[in-house]
Amino acid sequence: MIGPIPLSHVLLASGALFAIGVAGALLRRNAIQIFLSIELMMNAANLALIGYGAALGTQQGQIIVFFVIAIAAAEASVGLAIFVAIFRHTETIDVNKINLLKW
Amino acid sequence: MTFAFHASDWLLLAPELFLTAMGLLLLGLSVALGKTKEDFLAFLATVSVGITGALVAFVATRPERATPILGGAFVVDNFALFFKALVLLSLALTVLASARYVGAAPYPGGEYYALLLFSGVGMLFMASGNNLISIYVALELMALSSYVLAGYFKAEPKSTEAALKYFILGAFSSGVLLYGLSLVYGAGGVMGLPELAKLLASASRSNLLMLGILLILAGLLFKIAAVPFHVWTPDVYEGSPTPVTAFFSVGPKVAAYAILARIFYVAFAKFHADWGFVVALVSAATMVLGNVAALLQSNVKRMLAYSSIANAGYALLGVLGFRTEWGLWGILIYLLAYTFMNFGAFTLIILLESKGYAGESVSDFNGLAKRSMPAAVVMLLFLLSLAGIPPTAGFIGKYYLFTAAMKAGYAWLAILAVVMSAVSLFYYFRIAAAMFFTEGSPAKLKSSYALSAVIAVCAVGTLVIGVVPQPFLEVLKSCVLGR
Repeated sequence: MIGPIPLSHVLLASGALFAIGVAGALLRRNAIQIFLSIELMMNAANLALIGYGAALGTQQGQIIVFFVIAIAAAEASVGLAIFVAIFRHTETIDVNKINLLKW
Repeated sequence: MTFAFHASDWLLLAPELFLTAMGLLLLGLSVALGKTKEDFLAFLATVSVGITGALVAFVATRPERATPILGGAFVVDNFALFFKALVLLSLALTVLASARYVGAAPYPGGEYYALLLFSGVGMLFMASGNNLISIYVALELMALSSYVLAGYFKAEPKSTEAALKYFILGAFSSGVLLYGLSLVYGAGGVMGLPELAKLLASASRSNLLMLGILLILAGLLFKIAAVPFHVWTPDVYEGSPTPVTAFFSVGPKVAAYAILARIFYVAFAKFHADWGFVVALVSAATMVLGNVAALLQSNVKRMLAYSSIANAGYALLGVLGFRTEWGLWGILIYLLAYTFMNFGAFTLIILLESKGYAGESVSDFNGLAKRSMPAAVVMLLFLLSLAGIPPTAGFIGKYYLFTAAMKAGYAWLAILAVVMSAVSLFYYFRIAAAMFFTEGSPAKLKSSYALSAVIAVCAVGTLVIGVVPQPFLEVLKSCVLGR
């Protein structure tokens, strides 16, 4: 139960998080900052799922969040490994400077 | 939603479970063997895919598959079986086409095959996904394995860069998709596609729901590389090892079409008026941009990347035509044809590449007819099929797709598609002209058994579907979704 917090507030917070995540992913140039912004987008979805689940009176929303957390962890490990691999070549993870292939 | 697990569920999950087990085994063997016995690992991977295919055929005969399992999240209908067969076909072709390429690279081959199989498991689950969450998890399994595969040649700066771009844009799109899922979940608290369809049938149009559907659409359009979510495609296709590129151009795309069709045919059919317009615009933009940008390329891998973007635009016509049977038939027959012809074209690049030629530039195809007439003729067949010239598989696929668009009331889109197919002839012809009318290196071309087999299968598939499409169409007509 969310208790006194109305669903609309949860959704507003989640929408704001998502917007910040999208803006960060599009504007940042450091691969790790981009990745953190993407994590923010996923957590916005988690917040919305929990809020909806509580409002609808089911636990399903919270259960789905566990799947998302597990996937986010797997994504982080793959992503960081790729960042390390690219840093060994270019000594940078600034996506503007990684331009062997034209974007 | 009740959740019960029955003994017969193991049976229906057998192909996926077997492929997972073999992937783990290959991973273990890769640690134990290092850079030795690569041929054995390639053989093991091929056999695994073959046995998985046999298991899928076995599952197809079981009466238990009539009911969805795992709380309705996993369904084995004819549609799912068709896509499983297609996924396994592209997986088998990839393993065979990779053997020599990966063997020559200084990285353990076991990891490569294990990642390929894990990605295959994700795609098999996507074909059967009947619940937004199971679809999302399966999609991520496929995608995470693909990111690593793109960067498999980790000493090559281009390959790692491809992995980075694929990862960043892929993770971004899956974040968008996930947020869309959460908004759709909010509409009624259900994730299963049939339940969603039932709920939405009586639901009114709300802005949050529409936003959710649009975000899901955007996430999936990224996976099939449609404009404006296509920017990653040329870079990833150029930078990845060529067998991986060949795999990306068929396997993940085919699986993404499976879920795109299932979600939009089954769950969101009611709001067709809202998303249909968006899909029509995206399809038009994809066809135009893909074909026009392909004209400007001198790197064959990039050219084929843009050509595959254009092809994604054609296949979207089938999603639009979902009200008549033609839409689904078009998608299925086109994806079948596309798997053969596109994989075949990429295999020719592998063939040129693995003998000391870069094979990636159009000029590397110079004089191919003199070096090996069969190779040039087969490449010409794939190019004609990609352009949609009869009597090839590509023509049959386009015929069904364009008819589907006409029947759905998108005549302007069908006409645009025909015009764009004509444009595509120009760049396909550039490769053909290089092969037949330009002098090139006199060195003879040598193939391996595995590569020859892949090319032969692709060529036979492309030709047989084009000449006698009837048996294939009969199979497709048993695949029904929604309605």
